[in-house]
Amino acid sequence: MLFPTHTAKKTAGGDGEGVFSVPPSNLALLSKNPCTQGTRLSKMSAMLQLAEAPRHLGKASDFIQTYRQAFQWMLLARVAEEKIASLYRSGKITGGVFLGKGQEAISVATGMALQEGDIFAPLIRDQAGRLAFGESLLDFTLTYLGARSGPMRGRDGNVHRGRPQEGLLPMISHLGAMVSVVNGMLLAHRFQGKTGTVGAASLGDGATSTGAFHESLNQAAVEKLPLILVVTNNQYAYSTPNDRQFACKDLVDKAIGYGIRGHSVDGTDLTDCLQVIGEAVADARSGKGPQLVVANNLRLAGHGEHDDSHYVSSHFKELALGRDCLEVAKEHLLKNDWADAAQLEAWTRNCLGQVEEAVAYSLREASPDPAQEDWCALATRHLAEGLPVHVR
Amino acid sequence: MQDLLTPHTFPDLITYLEAIREAQKQALEDDPRVYIYGQDIGNFGGAFKATKNLAQSFPGRVLDSPISEDAMVGSAIGAALQGMRPIIEMQFADFSTVGLNQIVNQAATMFWRTGLPCPITVRLPSGGTPGGGPFHSQNLEAIYAHYPGLVILTPATVEDAYSMLLEAVALDDPVVFCEHKYLYYHLKAESLPQEALPVGKARIARTGRDATVVTYSAMLHEALAAAEELSADGWEIEVIDLRSIKPLDTDTVLASVARTGRVLAVGEAWPWGGVTAEVLARIATEGFNLLDAPPMRLNSKDTPVPFHPNLWGTHRPTARTIAHALRDLLRL
Repeated sequence: MLFPTHTAKKTAGGDGEGVFSVPPSNLALLSKNPCTQGTRLSKMSAMLQLAEAPRHLGKASDFIQTYRQAFQWMLLARVAEEKIASLYRSGKITGGVFLGKGQEAISVATGMALQEGDIFAPLIRDQAGRLAFGESLLDFTLTYLGARSGPMRGRDGNVHRGRPQEGLLPMISHLGAMVSVVNGMLLAHRFQGKTGTVGAASLGDGATSTGAFHESLNQAAVEKLPLILVVTNNQYAYSTPNDRQFACKDLVDKAIGYGIRGHSVDGTDLTDCLQVIGEAVADARSGKGPQLVVANNLRLAGHGEHDDSHYVSSHFKELALGRDCLEVAKEHLLKNDWADAAQLEAWTRNCLGQVEEAVAYSLREASPDPAQEDWCALATRHLAEGLPVHVR
Repeated sequence: MQDLLTPHTFPDLITYLEAIREAQKQALEDDPRVYIYGQDIGNFGGAFKATKNLAQSFPGRVLDSPISEDAMVGSAIGAALQGMRPIIEMQFADFSTVGLNQIVNQAATMFWRTGLPCPITVRLPSGGTPGGGPFHSQNLEAIYAHYPGLVILTPATVEDAYSMLLEAVALDDPVVFCEHKYLYYHLKAESLPQEALPVGKARIARTGRDATVVTYSAMLHEALAAAEELSADGWEIEVIDLRSIKPLDTDTVLASVARTGRVLAVGEAWPWGGVTAEVLARIATEGFNLLDAPPMRLNSKDTPVPFHPNLWGTHRPTARTIAHALRDLLRL
């Protein structure tokens, strides 16, 4: 099997019936602690309690297990995002909502290929990858719902959450800007003698036009850093089609210009995503330098939920490119008898339960209180301006 | 500062530039988390030789970067998040605008957003020199000071260049260190300090009773010369060296204005907004009743910095124009 094994995740996860229960102790901790003292971002794979091995597989193949697990993360991401979109439509969400619909396969493959100690800089359509990397579903719901107990404490919202101390970077809105930050974290690992770690960053087709994309990819190449840059070409940057974004034949050709390896992947096909990302990550991990992965698919939602995406050409929707990766994966599971309809139904029910529980919990959490807010932007408090002397 | 000077003496006088080099050497020696990253700073030693011989003395820790200011700062932020203490050398302050996004949107927001400190030091060789021209002469402290989450330092003396750079590296926050290129070779001291005023404290560089000049960086020396000139006529001008632009030591400024009743703020940067505007705004809002005359300010002209020395010398405030402004202020 081409796909490398992920020991950390495998032992925590497994296969079979997914029970994504949020341990009550975890909830309690999160409710008490601001992100600075937060517990280790609960590796969601640990919540993936798997009751039984698929009966017909005997000695379960690594790949089938990985595929089934990946599918469950994708499903959870989809269900969770649909819930948030529904809350948005009912006016319960402040700020924007950005969905990863249609991009779960490439995202989950990235998150799953990473291990503890690795770095992940997700972008706005990486809910599946975040979950697979280990972000708690509660971080997602608490942040979207603006809870003070979320990792960003109401200071930043929606897709801008992260726990950099755990290797999960909180994106800023300026596209391409997170890549050099990943480079720096990998450079630090080199200084510190930490070996075997990698860093992955997600970008879209639009971000390849930025100076930051060029600077950071060139920097990674010069320093031979174990960076995996995953570019998901979903045909539109907000409303701008590719022919107004770039003029090269294929974005993956850019790899040649940086002297690094490029990989193309069908972003609608989970098998391809798992294999190609797995290979790219393994190459980076084994010292082969930065890897550029370009996944092709179609964004199956608006740029955000405020956007009806009327500008998306119907032509794309008829192509294989326009397939829904979750549906493709579901068919693949059924066709290969890696899961039956009852299993899929059970997984879906489970995801719904998890999401409802996380949302119910998060909705009851307190909003940030401006009177109690610590309006201090510096770690060195006595240097902060504008604070009354007694609180400096 | 005299009493703070210590046995750390040099056979020849030490320049402002050498003080910056010594501080970086000291930081590299003291702290394994420190590394320096910038253009041409490795074996070549930097465009101004601020890192001369450091790459040789600290192999692998003084690294040439590609011409990529955005990625230079971005990578420093990442390294800082993982426990390093990077020093970034911008070849010229002017080029830092290419890395502006990472400084003001990534580094400056990190602590507030995540609670994790982002201890990076970005060195900006700032200010005008004869022949520097529009893109090698800028003073950008006001732009950076505008953003929350940054500490902005503007050392005006050899001693401060040394001690404040060491303090910058030790601080848990992102520091924009505006070192003045005109002072690199012009300023000399006998030795380096072992202690100094902390960051955030202004210094009274000359005491006086008739008017206060509030200034920083290279303009300190122009202001001191102007004060000297006026002393021949019996005027006693107090000169404050802000040292740190953000935080700005409002207390020291107001206390001085309380003594003199008159104030002139001088900066080499452009006039619109900026440090002198901020200083006067604070005096006007917090110390209006201390004033015997309207507060004044003096900045460069509101044009790009000219190349030719004839133009450049007139573009920025000088001892002559500061003295002239002070005579106006004293007549009011």
